[in-house]
Amino acid sequence: MYPKRSLTPSTLSVKDLPWQISWDQGKCTLCGRCTAVCPVQAIELGVFRKREVSTEINLMSLPENNIKIWYGIRQKTDPAYRCVGCAMCNLVCPNNAITPIRSDEIDKLRFHTNAGGQPRRRGGRRNNTESLLDQIKFIRISMLTDPALDAGRHEFEIRTMLGRILSPEENLLRIKENGWIPPVREIYPLIIGGMSFGALSPNMWEGLQMGVAYLNEELGMPVRISTGEGGCPPRLLKSRFIKYVILQIASGYFGWDEIIRAIPEMKEDPCAIEIKYGQGAKPGDGGLLMWYKVNELIAAIRGVPVGINLPSPPTHQTKYSIEEAVAKMIQSMSMAWGFRVPVCPKISATSTTLAVLNNLARNPYAAGLAIDGEDGGTGAAYNVSMDHMGHPIASNIRDAYLNLTRIGKQNEIPLFAGGGIGKTGNLAANAAALIMLGASGVQTGKYIMQAAAGCLGSESDRCNICNIGLCPKGITSQDPRIYRRLDPEAVAQRIVDVFLSFDTELKKIFAPLGRSTSLPIGMSDALGIDDKSAADRLHIKYVV
Amino acid sequence: MCRLFAITSNEPLSPMIAMESMEVMKEGHDGSGVGLMLRDLAGPFEDMKDAPILSGIFTKNGIKRFDTFMVDLGFMTKYKLSIKVSKTPPPETPKRDMYLIRAYEYPKEWEGLSKEDKAQKLLELRLQLRKMGEEKDDMIVYSFWPDVIMIKEIGDPMQVARFLDLGRKELWARVILAQGRQNTNYSINLYACHPFFIQGYASMTNGENTAFIPIRDFLESRGFPGYSGYQSDSEVFTHILHYTTTQLGLGIEYYKHVITPLKDEDINDHHDADFLKHLKHSCRPLIIDGPNCVIGSLPDNSVFMVQDRKKLRPGVIGGRPGLYAFSSEMCGLDAAIPDRDKSKDFQPMYLDTAIVGPDRKEVFVCTQKDPLPPLH
Ligand code: SF4
Ligand code: SF4
Repeated sequence: MYPKRSLTPSTLSVKDLPWQISWDQGKCTLCGRCTAVCPVQAIELGVFRKREVSTEINLMSLPENNIKIWYGIRQKTDPAYRCVGCAMCNLVCPNNAITPIRSDEIDKLRFHTNAGGQPRRRGGRRNNTESLLDQIKFIRISMLTDPALDAGRHEFEIRTMLGRILSPEENLLRIKENGWIPPVREIYPLIIGGMSFGALSPNMWEGLQMGVAYLNEELGMPVRISTGEGGCPPRLLKSRFIKYVILQIASGYFGWDEIIRAIPEMKEDPCAIEIKYGQGAKPGDGGLLMWYKVNELIAAIRGVPVGINLPSPPTHQTKYSIEEAVAKMIQSMSMAWGFRVPVCPKISATSTTLAVLNNLARNPYAAGLAIDGEDGGTGAAYNVSMDHMGHPIASNIRDAYLNLTRIGKQNEIPLFAGGGIGKTGNLAANAAALIMLGASGVQTGKYIMQAAAGCLGSESDRCNICNIGLCPKGITSQDPRIYRRLDPEAVAQRIVDVFLSFDTELKKIFAPLGRSTSLPIGMSDALGIDDKSAADRLHIKYVV
Repeated sequence: MCRLFAITSNEPLSPMIAMESMEVMKEGHDGSGVGLMLRDLAGPFEDMKDAPILSGIFTKNGIKRFDTFMVDLGFMTKYKLSIKVSKTPPPETPKRDMYLIRAYEYPKEWEGLSKEDKAQKLLELRLQLRKMGEEKDDMIVYSFWPDVIMIKEIGDPMQVARFLDLGRKELWARVILAQGRQNTNYSINLYACHPFFIQGYASMTNGENTAFIPIRDFLESRGFPGYSGYQSDSEVFTHILHYTTTQLGLGIEYYKHVITPLKDEDINDHHDADFLKHLKHSCRPLIIDGPNCVIGSLPDNSVFMVQDRKKLRPGVIGGRPGLYAFSSEMCGLDAAIPDRDKSKDFQPMYLDTAIVGPDRKEVFVCTQKDPLPPLH
């Protein structure tokens, strides 16, 4: 602390911060790359003064006093410039002289990130390393299926369905009577979850779309991607690639002007329409694109002025009840595409999920239900919403599936689970667990950002500045000087890597369970967990 | 792997033929139980094709309760086959008071009921009896259906067969399904023994049904009373067969499209692509995942065999017009019909359904790539 600085309640030391910079004078070349790259200007060139006292052994000589000046890196302690632990400084340092270190105790910063009465807002994840999904094991290994299935040699059909599926009786009847049969898409069970154009940089979006197109057209994997709420570039809307895209509409209706106008010129139907009623990261709160990120392009696509905050309301304001909202919106969306496109709501996991589901079960146009658990990520939200609001996905999806089973509609309304899948890196295992609990497929966003674009976020509150447009990796920034760091081609290639390896891992799980020709949806006898209450709650086996 | 053997013949045959074939296939099997389904019956049952026959095992108390129950409902015994057994059963076979095979006269009130209504009532009765039996542990009921007898017992198949004297004339039949059980659990529940039966449809299977839970959940939620009480993962094969034919009104050619649908690419090339796509979607929870060989029999007395999608199990059909046998191993077939033209033996592959119809003239094979018969 400088002597002239006053001691206010919010005066912090480096020790009080969650991330502390460790800098090695011996290695530093003072090249300045770290201070240049730091997204939040947490470090600066510092001038240090040091007094050295030297005394000779010879008692006759007097001790000498030397004042040395040297230059180095200084970490700021002003909460506005706190280090976010992204470690970009470490990444660019030629000599590995600098690195952020996580505080060994709960930081004091958290008590002061509300200057001006504004609570902390951020992007990222829940900052909780626990994962119930990781605890679930696949225990029903087919020892009797002799010869056992071979993940590499046997034929697998890893596909799921998105769309309202009729009961066999009803389906046959409609074929006979030439009645309307709801559209159903056969898709890959891992969907890239909604991350909007606006939340993501143009390079990230382009990379994702290219990767998805490659998976479909070159590798025959019907992978689908949701747009999130933020519209869709008109060029994509009018291209044949739109069939790989799930268009999301949410309470702000951002981008839907463009979409509706583009309908007459669309060459292909989109894969599906997802109506977002809630998201797992900030349930009950609307979407938020902060002003930093609303540049001309984003403003044009979303139909708004440049440089303003874009909060979506928590609910769809034009409707007065959720039942009505769901029914009417599903119907209008279906009608917009001549009942050729599945329309499927997405909600945040909640203890009231079953009420929504029962409403959908009675609505012949409802094409499925996506449920997003508390571990979902976001580009921007209040910290309190992210950390404390929401419902875990596992029990919610299980309840929903068992409820459908009770009413005999488990095959009719596909459930898609999201939120925390692969949060610790176990994408395939988590996805398989949710499928066996009853999900028809899963959605993931964070894992894709990390694996395909090198997002730095972690469950220890690292980085998480997606909301202010300074994403050091260029993933969630709208500043061309930053997002040019991200090469769309490289993102596309990583998407392909991710899906191919996911596919192999999924087969490595399914084959020993003796499953290959259909997705083991609801195959709960294969699951076990070493937690008795969780086992009881999920109706799976307790194993120790 | 359980041993499966079925035979269909113009001339009535002794069930012992099936037992002997199973004996030949014995090597490597523990033979912990046996199940038989006999239909197109000869002997005394020849002249009472419409009378429902009840097959089961009873204790002394059970039979008393049962008789009262049936009399109260107005069922009159038409013919009774008494199986008298020696005092000491073979090792592992429990001592039973009574093996019951009894043909009934329908109660007066049932006259004028449609075939479907009768079928439904017979099923409900069988379920009710099962429930009664489970409450007091005094009766086990396998089937209650015209022209069908079922016998299941724990123990070595051949020894059980001799003990029960299964070669007796009264049991001769033109269609016989037999399964030799390979035990996978110590306490054997007789309701877990193959073949399984529901309203004229029967099937037996070997191998594991890895997709059992989702299939069970789907069947149980159809609201059909017979789809319940599963003790074996193989019972659902019979119920899917029943569901496909009776509830969906589809012929046997469709069965395999339900349990092992074609891959999407193959469906796209199929003559009935649109229909098959819808069938695959709406019957998705009924997809089995093998490894299974399924031998089944239909109400018209046809017998058929299908394999799982990967054809992971052996299975062969051979014979000559008038006499065909289905066997899970070649040696079983050789034992039953040694003097056949072996070059005409047929092993159904992963797309085939092989059927010998009630006329027993030939083995009719349809593959899933064939165009499907028109829907009614
Ligand atoms: S870790 Fe990131 S925020 Fe912290 S000083 Fe380094 S570059 Fe800046
Ligand atoms: S790297 Fe970018 S996307 Fe990832 S947490 Fe940081 S700001 Fe957010």
